[in-house]
Order: sequence, then C-alpha cells, then structure tokens
Amino acid sequence: MPETLSTPGTGARIQDAVVKYGFIAITVILFLYFALTEPSFASSSSLFLLLKFASVTAILGLGVTFTMVVGGLDLSIGATAGLAVQLAAMAMVFYNLTGTTAVVVVLIGGVLVGLLNAFLIVICKIPDLLATLGMMFVIQGAKLIPVSGQSVSSGMVLRDGSVAPGSFTPAFLKIDRGFIGPVPLPVVIMLVLVVVSWFFLSRTTWGRVMYAIGSNPQAARLSGVRVGLYHGLAYVISGLFASIGGLILVSRIGQGDVNAGASSLLEAVAVALVGTSVLGLAKPNAWGTFLGALLIGIVLTGLTMKGLQYYHQDTAKGLVLIVALLFSFTISRRKVRYSPAT
Amino acid sequence: MQDIDSPEEQGIVGGGPDTPVAVLELDDITMSFGPNQVLKGVTLQLRPGRVTALLGANGAGKSTLIKILSGVYADHGGCIQISGQPVVMDTPLAAARHGIQTVHQRIDETIVPGLTVAENLVFEEIVRGEIPPVRSLRRLLPRARQIAATLDLGWSDATLTKDVFELGNADSQMLLLARALSQRPKVLVLDEPTSTLSASEVERLFTLIRRLCSDGVGILYVTHRLSEVHEIADDLVVLRDGQVKDRQTAPFDMPVAVRSMLGESTLDQSSQLVEQRGTQVALHLQGVQLLRRSEPIDLDLRYGEVTGIIGLIGAGKSELARGIFGADRWPQGTMLLDGKPYAPRRTKDAVRHRIYLVPEDRTAEAMLPGWSIAWTKSLPFLAAVSRSGILHFKREHADGVQLISDFGVVSTGPDQVMDALSGGNQQKVVVGRWMQAGPRVMLLDEPFRGVDIGARGDIAHRAREQAREGACVVVLTSDVEEIRAIADRIIVLVEGQIRLDSYTTQIDNDAIVTSMSEVA
Repeated sequence: MPETLSTPGTGARIQDAVVKYGFIAITVILFLYFALTEPSFASSSSLFLLLKFASVTAILGLGVTFTMVVGGLDLSIGATAGLAVQLAAMAMVFYNLTGTTAVVVVLIGGVLVGLLNAFLIVICKIPDLLATLGMMFVIQGAKLIPVSGQSVSSGMVLRDGSVAPGSFTPAFLKIDRGFIGPVPLPVVIMLVLVVVSWFFLSRTTWGRVMYAIGSNPQAARLSGVRVGLYHGLAYVISGLFASIGGLILVSRIGQGDVNAGASSLLEAVAVALVGTSVLGLAKPNAWGTFLGALLIGIVLTGLTMKGLQYYHQDTAKGLVLIVALLFSFTISRRKVRYSPAT
Repeated sequence: MQDIDSPEEQGIVGGGPDTPVAVLELDDITMSFGPNQVLKGVTLQLRPGRVTALLGANGAGKSTLIKILSGVYADHGGCIQISGQPVVMDTPLAAARHGIQTVHQRIDETIVPGLTVAENLVFEEIVRGEIPPVRSLRRLLPRARQIAATLDLGWSDATLTKDVFELGNADSQMLLLARALSQRPKVLVLDEPTSTLSASEVERLFTLIRRLCSDGVGILYVTHRLSEVHEIADDLVVLRDGQVKDRQTAPFDMPVAVRSMLGESTLDQSSQLVEQRGTQVALHLQGVQLLRRSEPIDLDLRYGEVTGIIGLIGAGKSELARGIFGADRWPQGTMLLDGKPYAPRRTKDAVRHRIYLVPEDRTAEAMLPGWSIAWTKSLPFLAAVSRSGILHFKREHADGVQLISDFGVVSTGPDQVMDALSGGNQQKVVVGRWMQAGPRVMLLDEPFRGVDIGARGDIAHRAREQAREGACVVVLTSDVEEIRAIADRIIVLVEGQIRLDSYTTQIDNDAIVTSMSEVA
C-alpha cells in the first residue's frame, strides 16, 4: 500500500511545506543576511554583477536540465562551451571573420556536437552518461590540435611565423559587456533562455513528451511517442545552450582560452540538480535551475565580500549542492526519480 | 514509510486451547498507514493439511496481510500464533524462522539476477549464513539438486549452473517454490502463483500443493481465479475493506463469495454474452511469422466483434499485438488495413491510424511514475489538448474529468498521481484513454491482469460496447473463462500457429483447452 494513498497529517504537511518553500526560503534568508551585513551587496550594480556571473552557469545548467528531463545527462556540456570559446576566437582571429559570422559558426558547432551526442545515444544505443563522457574527452582533445594547444588571442604568432590577421570585434565583445537599459546583456540572454526553456518544458507538447521519456521511455513509446527523436532533440538543445554559454564566456575573457569551459560542467550539473528541489517539483525544471544558479551566485558573491578566499569556493558550492539534494532526496515525500542510465 | 500509527497492542491475547490447534492463527490483525486503516481486525485460521483460498478485490488488504505474514510490516496490531504459540514476526527472517514461507507474485523481485539457478535455490541458506558466501558452485550443487528434487523439477546440472535469467517465468516460479519448500515450512503463502504458469504447469503446482497438504502444511492461497478456488481450496476467506466478509468450507457457494467480495454492487452480467458478429475485415494479416521458429499465418480481424486470442505463455500473443501496433517488427509478414497496405514503422504510425494497444505489463509499459491521471490520459493525444504545440491545461483537465466519470475511476480527481490508484483503477485509465479516442482497432493484451473483479467487469463491458459501435476489438489472454466472458470469436494460438478459430457460442471450454494444449 503506497504511502501516497494516505491523506497527509500535520507532520507530513509541514514536511511538504519545508520541501516546497525551504529552498527558496534559504535563498531569501542568505540574500537578506548578506544584504544587511554587507551594504554594498544589495546595490543594483552588484546585483547585476551577481546575475551576470551566474549567467553562464545558468545557461549551461539549462542545457543539462533538458538532458536530465529525458532521463539522461550531458557530460560534454562544459567541453562544448569550451569548443564554442575556441571556435569564436579562431573565426575572428585566424580567419578575420565578423562577429556575427563567428556567432553563427559557434551556434552551428554546438548543434553539431548535440547531433553527434544524439547519434551515439539514440542510434548507437550507448548509455547517455558514457556517450557524453566520451564526447567530452574527444572535444577537449580535438580542439587543441588546430591550435597546437595554444590559447587563441589577437596578435598571436601563427605556426608559419605570420601574425594572426584578425581580432575580437568590438561588436562581439558587446555580448558580455553590452547593456539593454541598465541590464547587462548576458543577464538578458539568460532570462530570455530561462523563460523560453520553462515555456518549452512545461507548456508545450514537446516538453511534455520529454518528461514522459524521462519518466518511463517504454511507456512513452507505447503511448505513440517518438522516443528517439525527442531524446536526441534534448541533446541538440543542450549543445546549442552550451555554445550560447560559450559565446558569453569568450566575449568576457576576450581570448580563446584553451581551458575555458572545462570547470563549468560540474557547476552546470550542480545547479540543475539543485533545481530539482525547488518548489518540491522533484523533477528537473527551468526555474529551479535558474534559482540554483542564483543561489550559488549569492553564496559566492556574499562570501567573497566577506573576505572568503577563492580556494574556498568549491567547498561552498559543494555544500549548497548537498543541502539542496537533502531537500530533494531525504526530506521530500515525493521521491526524485532521477537515475540516468549508465 | 512514514507516519504509521503504531498501535502498541502486540500484547499476547490468550489463545483458545479448546479449539483444534491451527497451524496459523491470526487474531484481530490491524494495520494503518497514517489515518488510513487498511486492515480492520482480521481473524483467520489456517488448519494443517488444508488449502485456504484468500479472495479479495484490489485494495481489500490482501497484499498488506501477506506482507505482515512475511514479516515486512512489524507494527501491526493483533496477535499471530503458530501452532498455538504466539510469535512476533518483525523481520522476514523471523517469519522464516517461525516456519512461514511466502512465494510472492512478482518473480523479478525475489529472484537474484546474476546468480546461477543453484545459488538461487540455496539462497535462504546463504542469507542465514549456513552456507559460507564464498563456496564453489560445485559444492553447492548437491544441496541445490536436493531442493530441486523436492519438486521433481528434473533439472540437470547444466540447468542448475545457468544464470537464473535464462529460466522462463514458469521455471522461475518453480524455483521460488522449491526454495520456499526447502525450508520445510509449516505455513506456505502463495500469492497468485498461477499468474505466469501454463495449464500443465498449474497442474504440476496443484499436484504439489496436494502433496504438501498430506504432509500437514497449511497453505494460504491468494488468487483472483475462481476456477482454481474450486479445484484446490478446502476453505475460503473473502476480504473486503480490510475485514473478513465471508468464510466458507468446500463445497463453496461462489456467487455468495463473489458478492461479498464486491460488496453491494450487483454482479456484472457480462457472462451473459450477447453475441455480435462482424462482417467487414479491419485488418488482414498475410504471411505473418510471429516467433523466430514458426510458420507464417494468415488472419482476418473484423470490425464489430470482439476477437479473443488465447494461448499460453510464449504462444506469440504479445508478438502479434505489438507487431500490429508497430512496437516490434515481425520476422516477416504484411498487413492490409481496410484493404490498403499498412506497415507501421513506429507506434506513432499505428496511433495515427487509430490502432491502439494496452500493453501486457501495466507497470513497466503503461505507467509513468509520478504522472497524474490527466497527463497519462493526454500523452498519446497531445495534439487534441494543444494548439500549435502549446498545451491547453483546462482542456486537458476536463478530459481527465471526463475519463474519470466515464470509466468510474475511483480517485481524488484528474490531478491525482497514478501510482496512488489501485491496480483496477490504473487499468481503467490506461484502457480508457484509448477507448475514449474512438479506436478503429483496439488491442488489449492481458487487460485483466492484476485487476479486481469489479474493474474487470467494467473494462469488459466497455470493450464489448466498442465492438458494438463498430470497432475491431482484440483481447489477448491466457484465461479461458476470461475469454469466454468477453469474446465473440475465439482464436487459439499455439507456438505462433492458429489452432482453432471459432465463434464462442459454437465451442465449449474443453475444446479450447484441448486445442491450447496440443503440442506442435
């Protein structure tokens, strides 16, 4: 007899409330704490800065969210963002292309990676985690070959002794440094993608079908769902989002850093996991991922203002993740059904 | 498991020495999950050497009672006595120590994959530490052979050293039974043991049960099949709403038992079949090879009648249904739908042609964990509840309400999570979602499995109604009584071949059973 049959008692109702609002409460409390103890924390400029730094993590987290919704996990998301960084730099520095062309090249690159992941997972039937793990290594390694392992920057000397002809165009650098009104452009991009992802996942038939695949692919198939198509689509979206995140990243650092993106994988996965606990939904969702990125941003910015050294950051992030997972898995009466096939 | 009221009334109530000593005596057993009292004082005696059948619709409390008997729920109220001695069964191990063995319905939950047949046979002894965990397979074999021999399984060493997953359902069931019997139980609990067995295997099981009875074992036999109760049981207990509603000793008055199982609602009249005969062919199957080594068959499925396809496990029933639905592909064969070629490449193609399938295994193939009734209902037909891909929640909700009222789904509403419903109500949802969409061909693969009698009647009634309205309804089952109650036309499938094709009214049970048991 499953316990869900019973009507919740007072204890259970408190428990539900804790699960539902506990996470948001923690975010608000932390925010108020930092705002009251560090006056500069709550100024609008530092708030936008916080959002701006959270934007890349949030966008990559959204990509991961899509793959988690179909019951998988894209481990190549950081590497794809890194590929985007290098593709953009190469397009502008090596080939002297315009910023717009570079953006198009990068987005196509991201989609191609997604298609390749989809091919390995859907057609070749390699489990999601393993296929994307393999892709992660391939991308990280292959992108070093054309640049001989060097970071791409304006004015660098090429292999044939000549100087690279191009440089990052001012328009391209605006991706990170521009504003719409008082709002930094990356924050706008992030918010747009959050809203689009939320709408796609919870308001459209495509999103519903993706959740069905994540819940029980067999039952989804026998309900007339084209499981392979939507499973693959999630990875294409993930690749696309990774390249958008990469565009913001490369515009921020202004060079094709070979190590860019590598560290964003775990952060992206973490915020997507944190997101499953928001509102007690017990499933990956766009707003949750956004709030997860926000919470980690608040914690890091706040602690940094309090004088925390950079080397404490990973510990802080890890603790946030574990607390969030306690909400999802330990306290929640609705068990999170998340176990990507390996 | 949270918020379980734990009535601390495990105090021992004096057993009555005046009554003949029952091998198992349950006295006023209660069990609650939160405010939900599932067992409301069940008193039950199992006498040695007798089979007591336990009947009850889904949600009557049978599973809870079985779990108490196998030591899963320690915090129940009331008293359990074995051979007159009060016992506390707080763990599965304690239940085994007191001589109670349970063979659960779900085979896959009790067999240990990755181990050999022999290791599974001696598993109890490994768990109890009587056999050291690291011991070569060869040294396990004598004991495993001995256990297998108690059931005359006749398994060779080659079989015993196979991975247990290579065994079929029936053999796995026999393995579990042998394992239970190896512990020389005083009480054996069998939870729907025949649900995966073929007729000859059922016979084998019944022979064995009779032998156990002569050894003085008390058997609690849980089933949905009344014919089995007639055949094997000496006593009968009916559970409804957590209470015993009827007790009988053979010969049984079945209508009384069934009425007390269902409560006030009147018995379904579907046994009084009004035959419908269709004329127009819906699906023409040509040269279809169902199994890897079977001859191709031709078959016409007609509109306006219920075609019942009956066969044992492995006869190719599910293969037939899944091939028509585009879920699997046959080694060879073609189809004509309304005279035009029909070759589904995927399930979506079938759905587009209004050919629908309710799969055999509801939990694995139709249920989406955590999904509501409304969501489960709308999934195959999202276009109907959306415009340009954007979901229309109100319409989806209304459709859920419609389904619930049309099919009498007992629930709190369309937003209720499917997992919380009883088996019968879950099945009403997964059947109803297709039927409401107006099927051209409706394939129902074992639609009554794990479904209470009330819901069976409802679903059968709906299926017949669909056929009357012109649909081609196909029911696939291995139960003769079931098929007689629902089908106008009966086709017997044996190892991928059609052995019999006749109208129900022109054939009796014996003929069906005879042709089913014909060997190729």
